[in-house]
Amino acid sequence: MIGASPMALLELDDVEARYGPIKALHGVSLSVEEGQAVSLLGANGAGKTTTLRAISGTVRRTGDVAFDGRRINRRPPEAVARLGISHVPEGRGIYDELTVWENVILGGSIRRDRRGVKRDAELALRHFPRIADRRKQQAGTLSGGEQQMLALARALVSRPRLLLLDEPSLGLAPTAVSELFRVVRHLNREEGLTVLVVEQNARIALTSTQHAYVLEVGRVVLDGPSEDLARHDGVRASYLGY
Amino acid sequence: MTEFFQYVVVGLANGGIYATLALALVLIHRATGIVNFAQGEMGMFCTFIAWALITHHGLPYWGAFFLTLVVAFFGGAATCKLVIQPLSRTGELTVVMATIALLIILNGLAGWIWSPEVKFLESPFPLEVVHVGGVVMNVQDLGVIGVSLLCVAIVFVFFRFTRLGLQMRASAVGPATSRLLGIRVGLMLSIGWGLAAMLSAVSGIMAASRLPFDPNFMLIVLTYAFAAAVLGGIDSPVGSVVGAFLIGIGISLLSGYASSFLGTELQLPLALAVLMLVLIVRPAGLFGQVVVRRV
Repeated sequence: MIGASPMALLELDDVEARYGPIKALHGVSLSVEEGQAVSLLGANGAGKTTTLRAISGTVRRTGDVAFDGRRINRRPPEAVARLGISHVPEGRGIYDELTVWENVILGGSIRRDRRGVKRDAELALRHFPRIADRRKQQAGTLSGGEQQMLALARALVSRPRLLLLDEPSLGLAPTAVSELFRVVRHLNREEGLTVLVVEQNARIALTSTQHAYVLEVGRVVLDGPSEDLARHDGVRASYLGY
Repeated sequence: MTEFFQYVVVGLANGGIYATLALALVLIHRATGIVNFAQGEMGMFCTFIAWALITHHGLPYWGAFFLTLVVAFFGGAATCKLVIQPLSRTGELTVVMATIALLIILNGLAGWIWSPEVKFLESPFPLEVVHVGGVVMNVQDLGVIGVSLLCVAIVFVFFRFTRLGLQMRASAVGPATSRLLGIRVGLMLSIGWGLAAMLSAVSGIMAASRLPFDPNFMLIVLTYAFAAAVLGGIDSPVGSVVGAFLIGIGISLLSGYASSFLGTELQLPLALAVLMLVLIVRPAGLFGQVVVRRV
């Protein structure tokens, strides 16, 4: 059931995580290959967000988390980020008080080449004309969709090897959701970016990724190619609603 | 009218001393979320170090000044790393208590090392006066104003235009996000404490260049600096500096025109009473701002 291939960029093996006394992950195993886009589906409280947090180190975890062949279980978030994993958290994590441009530039905090950071910030903003023209504006004044675009642009400036997206569609207008996922698909298919995306919106997640995992109460219960899962009766009934 | 401007110049010199310390308080409050009650004593301790370097080790004034700033930076950063960060998990009240403990420790330590007697620090500025359009100004006062403004300007440029400054601002407003971006938030916090300690040292050394000093001389400066920071809006660096100069000028005018019938004893109470009145009208302070946020 677990697609453990020697090429995997990210490999989770029997990962457990807890918030105080409450166990949120009961042994999650999954893998993401280089260049792949993978979605993580499941109901509220299934452990999707916690899985991403276990990867980026914002929750304490046991079991094996390996990135590019290296165990990263014990690394704090800033060290995980420095390995090339960019986590766009639930709620986007925008600095409201800073300008749009400052937010984007901060994405390059782990890089040493300042000129390269500025160049990549320009390139990242080019994906989103709506916010590119408002770079001097306070980021807190952007709409939810624009903030999500800003968070994605900022993540790109770090030149990630793996992008973790947590519920990018949450609370966004349908047009913003499709614009956002159009960029995600472009980054994955044209630029070879590896993506692991958590989504409630299973329809857009399955059409934007090649592989998918379904979580239930902290465990992987199903996985397979996204197009197969889109036709799977259980997935259709639970997550696609038809 | 010339008398008025003379009082203003004296007020600006005092204001500069309050401004550097008020800015230190604001930096810590923005980054750590607490008021560092030991901020004044950090400046006091550094002033004693500068005095010892000049008096006992024969360093020239400005050599001692800059060496003290280096010591202040590492001392402030170490305080953050060794005391504040380990305690921060236990809650804000514990950290505030720790700064009060630090205040008392530094105060006692300075008296124990250098004796609590009053000391004099030679002034780096000539004891001359200059006349500008009938107004007589002390070169000393002008020097203190100049050094304070320069330090404040350097801090603003650093935070506004450098990459490290931006990362420090980001760490202060969003530590969790900053860690996800790979920023070493703990290190940023320590650098912030180091910078604040440097500003306190400037405040202390400048204050000591105008008056004799002892281990308690910064307590009154801390009171005015705290008042300035609150007046300006405790999270507003610009506000704290403006507030400090307003308080400096206000007190100078008060003691110039009103001391004959008010007496010097009422200076501090009156200044703080005015401060409270202002805060009743504007609770966020003069420059306190509400962050615009859309959901």
